Amino acid sequence: MILTHRFRKELRLFKKWTNDSIIGDMAKLSKSDVLHVAKLANLNLTEKEIDKFAPQLSKVVDFVGELSKVDTNNVEPTSQTTGLSNITRIDNVNLAGSLTEDEALSGSDKVYNGYFKVNAILKERSDK
Amino acid sequence: MNIDLPTDIEETQEGLLAKKFSAVELVDTYLGRIEKNKDLNAFLTVSSDKAYFQAKEVDRVIGEIPQKDILKQKPLLGVTIAHKDLYLTKGIRTTASSNVLKDYVPDYSATVVERMAEAGGITIGKTNCDAWAHGASGENSDFGPVKNPWNKEYVPGGSSSGSAASVAAGLSLVATGTDTGGSIRQPANFSGVVGFKPTYGAVSRYGVIAMASSLDCMGSFAGRVSDVEKIFNVVKGKDGFDSTISDASYDKPKDRIKIGIPKEYFIEGLDKEVEESVLRASKVFEKQGIELKQVSLPNTMYGISVYYIVQPAEVSSNLGRFDGIRYGNGRDAFGAEAKRRIMLGTYVLSAGYYDAYYLKAQKVRSKIIEDFDNVFDEVDAIIAPVSPTSAFKLGEKTSDPLKMYLSDVLTVSANLAGIPALAIPSEVNREGLPLGFQLIGPKFSELSLFGLGKLYESVTHFNNKWQTNLKRF
Repeated sequence: MILTHRFRKELRLFKKWTNDSIIGDMAKLSKSDVLHVAKLANLNLTEKEIDKFAPQLSKVVDFVGELSKVDTNNVEPTSQTTGLSNITRIDNVNLAGSLTEDEALSGSDKVYNGYFKVNAILKERSDK
Repeated sequence: MNIDLPTDIEETQEGLLAKKFSAVELVDTYLGRIEKNKDLNAFLTVSSDKAYFQAKEVDRVIGEIPQKDILKQKPLLGVTIAHKDLYLTKGIRTTASSNVLKDYVPDYSATVVERMAEAGGITIGKTNCDAWAHGASGENSDFGPVKNPWNKEYVPGGSSSGSAASVAAGLSLVATGTDTGGSIRQPANFSGVVGFKPTYGAVSRYGVIAMASSLDCMGSFAGRVSDVEKIFNVVKGKDGFDSTISDASYDKPKDRIKIGIPKEYFIEGLDKEVEESVLRASKVFEKQGIELKQVSLPNTMYGISVYYIVQPAEVSSNLGRFDGIRYGNGRDAFGAEAKRRIMLGTYVLSAGYYDAYYLKAQKVRSKIIEDFDNVFDEVDAIIAPVSPTSAFKLGEKTSDPLKMYLSDVLTVSANLAGIPALAIPSEVNREGLPLGFQLIGPKFSELSLFGLGKLYESVTHFNNKWQTNLKRF
């Protein structure tokens, strides 16, 4: 990897912060890891994309892995910062704030009889 | 007829009320500038019809509402607005700068869009950005990169690239943006304009295409601090559609303010010119009687790692809804960066990795918040650089995602903690590129940040440089 001058500077900033090198042992994501994750994410990746993403994702996962050395004993996780919980509203139907059927369907040209058309997820039985 | 370009909301409204120009003439002028500067690639859609419709309405109410009441009823009267293309605009194409939504026309508008229009604002168009707001340079747009108005070989910053560039080049008086990890402050910094990120929970996210829901903040760009404040006053508060919103009581700034200088933001690796310019800005405050104090935010170093776990995790969830069934194209239409973030997020949330990455990041996030809580017991705001460098060249970081991610190091912590921040331009460097700083405060301390920002502007002269630069477009 060719590091530009500017990136070297940023690297130094990070090494200083983490007392560690970014380019240490890589958390390697194998091709099958990438394929597994792509399947979970409902993405069809090309061979070229898999070859490109595997090292890029490995590098990022490796970098963020630095958190393992932070002591988080007795620290509660934060999922949001508002301090609010269970915010509700009266369950009134607000027709003015709702879309009409036509409006709701307007984003798709794959519609039929007021429904969205979707791909079949079941195959026809062969023994019928 | 083209008119002398007003440079802030006050000048715009004075001109309108004194009949120096009409709102229609204002729109003529901005549309002319947009057309003339197409090479900046700041706009994806120019909403001329809507703009003229709203301008005629503005000209009509000027004759109808008594002058003494009009700005109370219409605080954004005649203000041209460029909305980042993540903000849904009813009847106007909204793409998130992605091929997935390249033909999508929404059936409703975001709360921010509605409220600004109701206040007399004029929607001039929709701005280019990194697709789905993923990026720090604007180069991840599926519709080509935006160019920096100070030097077209450089990026304007991202992800709200077109919004920053449109204000910097005077293609719109103000613009909206979204700040999930710095996407308003960093482009404001690179493009020499004011950029404001509110407290998380102050401004409704309703109708804005979600990136990372626990981090997304709806803010704005303008030439002056008083203008982002005016916009904030219009858009803040509950709308009944976003349950994270509080109607907070915003405290008036204290008489004696202390500003902290966090040592973890000023260490080796920060460009010398950036460091020096931020320290010079802090001296400006000191000269105005504000006490400066060294403070420490020891977990700052982990902000970027926490951010690049939490954010892609939430991205992978939010982008799950784009399946090409109800609107838009299918998932194959996602660009490389969106795919990368979906993959990264899915990975850190997947069985076997959740505890090591996602849960761990949520815990370190708590430590980062605790750091800020401690510091804000000692000081009222902190001053810090926005980016380790000034704007970088187009193409310089596109081949290495990690390298691009590191550009966010100094901005992500404010998002993780949900606190407000204001990016202010201060100088122009030897290469003619803007430099600046950010002020960060505790939750709902917006009035203090605006007060400090206006104080800084009143005793410094960056605004003149920006106005001179405007004349080139």
